[in-house]
Amino acid sequence: MNFDFSDDLKLLKDEARKFLDDKSSPEVVRRVLEGPDGYDKALWNEMAAMGWTGASIPEELGGAGMGALGLCVLAEEIGRSLAPVPFASTMYFAAEALMAGGSDAQKKAWLPKIAKGEFIGTFALAEGPGKATPKRVRTTFRNGVLNGEKLPVPDGTAANLAVVVAQTDRGIGLVLADLSHAGVKREHVETLDESRKQARLTFANVPGELLGAAGDGERLLALIEQRAAILMAFEQVGGAQRCLEMARDYALERYAFGRPIGSFQAIKHKLADVYVATELARSNAYYGAWALSKNAPQLALAAATARVSANEAFWLAAKENIQVHGGMGFTWAFDCHLYYRRAKVLAVANGSTRLWKERLVSELESANAPG
Amino acid sequence: MDFEDTKEEAEYRASARAFLTTNAKPRTGKGMLYRAAHATEDVLAEARDWQKKKHAAGFAGITWPKEWGGQGLSAINQVIYDQEEAQFSVPRGIYEIGLGMCIPTVCTWGTQAQRDRYAVTALKGEEVWCQLFSEPAGGSDLAALRTSAVRDGDDWVINGQKIWTSGAHYCQYGVIVTRSDFDAPKHKGLTYFFLDMRSPGVEIRGIKQISGASHFNEVFFNNVRIPDSQRLGKVGDGWKVSLTTLMNERFTIGGRAGVDVDEFLELARGIELEDGPALKNPTVRDKIADWYVASRGLKYSHFRTMTALSRGDTPGPESSIGKLVTGPKLQNMSAMALDVLEQGGVITDPEVAPMAALFHQTLMTSPSARIAGGSDEIMRNIIAERVLGLPADVRVDKDVPFNKVPTGKAK
Repeated sequence: MNFDFSDDLKLLKDEARKFLDDKSSPEVVRRVLEGPDGYDKALWNEMAAMGWTGASIPEELGGAGMGALGLCVLAEEIGRSLAPVPFASTMYFAAEALMAGGSDAQKKAWLPKIAKGEFIGTFALAEGPGKATPKRVRTTFRNGVLNGEKLPVPDGTAANLAVVVAQTDRGIGLVLADLSHAGVKREHVETLDESRKQARLTFANVPGELLGAAGDGERLLALIEQRAAILMAFEQVGGAQRCLEMARDYALERYAFGRPIGSFQAIKHKLADVYVATELARSNAYYGAWALSKNAPQLALAAATARVSANEAFWLAAKENIQVHGGMGFTWAFDCHLYYRRAKVLAVANGSTRLWKERLVSELESANAPG
Repeated sequence: MDFEDTKEEAEYRASARAFLTTNAKPRTGKGMLYRAAHATEDVLAEARDWQKKKHAAGFAGITWPKEWGGQGLSAINQVIYDQEEAQFSVPRGIYEIGLGMCIPTVCTWGTQAQRDRYAVTALKGEEVWCQLFSEPAGGSDLAALRTSAVRDGDDWVINGQKIWTSGAHYCQYGVIVTRSDFDAPKHKGLTYFFLDMRSPGVEIRGIKQISGASHFNEVFFNNVRIPDSQRLGKVGDGWKVSLTTLMNERFTIGGRAGVDVDEFLELARGIELEDGPALKNPTVRDKIADWYVASRGLKYSHFRTMTALSRGDTPGPESSIGKLVTGPKLQNMSAMALDVLEQGGVITDPEVAPMAALFHQTLMTSPSARIAGGSDEIMRNIIAERVLGLPADVRVDKDVPFNKVPTGKAK
């Protein structure tokens, strides 16, 4: 049994933690949250210089070749520090989509630029409130051009490249689009978590290229959502763990009725529950990492399990962190709300708990079919 | 990252599987493990025979040191053996407390002569041991126990009552913690012994549980004499000795199987609700997903623990969450199972109730999963204090002579 990350990756994790403690402090997160910038450029450039933006990209395409497991390790630390950078959009979605569905030419054209940190990528699926199911997507890709509106698109103000989900002549397709084209209009849209800004993107006859074979869009979309769900679960576990530590530290320092509030069972039991949820989520994410690294047939079920577990753990940890901090946790000055915002944004960023629970049980049904 | 055994582990697994294949029947169905809830003479004889075979083949006392008569192997060997054994229908539950908790305490605190006398006979299944700890006044607050031990010549005279003693009626020996000094603060006045359960003055009465079974007993002590040579640890050090016993409890209690998602899927597939099979109902599906996530999270946490054991490391605190997750899950799942049966959910007749009333049994046994071996509340305290480093509860009885500590009316 070797259900753990390698010593090399643990070392990478330690280095990432030290780096982000310094360079992605709450002050840095707040600067983006409260300012006009879509992300912290200095932080992003340093991450690229360290090879993080090429972590999962093969060496022959300019990446660091650490595979999916390397990306998992970094994701946890990025989640812990709330790093205000377009890492998830670029790495979990755009790069994964290119690696899963791109032709050799497409990979060569885009992945080296992503690895170097020159290009920011994103994934454009939603078209306003409600679920953009393959049937309901109205954006079209016909005769080689994209038309329609995507809202919200994470990091949409910053991205150079988007993978756009659009209707084609053969069902939905995943379409690569260069966002520097004149037919692309971007508009910042206000969201719950301005530390990673989102946008409304409109496409008017924007040229694009299909990823994968015609008619293969639905399968690719499901695959990318599954892979991203696992990577994002590591961010969520990192965030949940940090919330637990913040709440624990505050409960030790804050006195009421003549004793630390952390000595009251009402607080102790609450934090024990957060610990349990976080450990379950971590273990489920680990299994996801294994499935990801091996392209295992269990990927769909592993992704749904990791996603549901992580959504619930981060949300529980973030809301109870505010609760333990009491009135102070409700102030702008304390950092609790940064995690509360991020927890909810991540919980809907790639399909809600409700949606993934349904996917999970559907997988169980087919895996457990009688006879 | 992989789930493969090392070469040595694979060899050990193969030897365990070979032994089990030759000597036991594979477990059929996904239901409950064979557990000796009703310890009839037949069940006891079968358990004795199985333990003897395990010992002869070198699969008893796997982690015990060789000087106790064990195999001197590591915890990972025990885990591997348990995983393999779980796939077979073999008697469980008779020897776990003795071999898991009592004998390690005797061996740690007793003399070499006592180790020689008791360890191997227990390992061979010839003698069964029970643990006499809890009392009507001392459950979660174990150190509040009141059974008295008074020195009289070379003996101690024991008076009082123990409760929740599993298997007392078929055990030859027991370990017992008593109060030898009522003037000392509660943790400081305790003394630990082992005794022959057939000693005059020991009276055992079964307790009928809410499930109807009688797995536990009350044990009364009326002027029971225990020789001082059977004292473990110093007079007044009983709490310290008890911790040796309790330290081993987690390993003994953990990993108990019960109904899980597979069984619920089987039920939900076969039951028709107003809008089709229960398995297609959104409320039911929502719950199934919750249980699956909890169940898998535990399974993979167990893999993390195994990884640490396999490397010879001490497992991290993730190994402490199992009981707190499993107990409530068993209870909630069985409650939901009865809900989907609607009015027919009341029927416990195994001829009529689906899956031979498996979920009905679980409904009535699951409360104990949230109490025995550390209640949910105690487990949360343990996680909060030992894992998260939060302060211990304020104790109003600390440093107070035990006979001045207030007691309430409730038992």
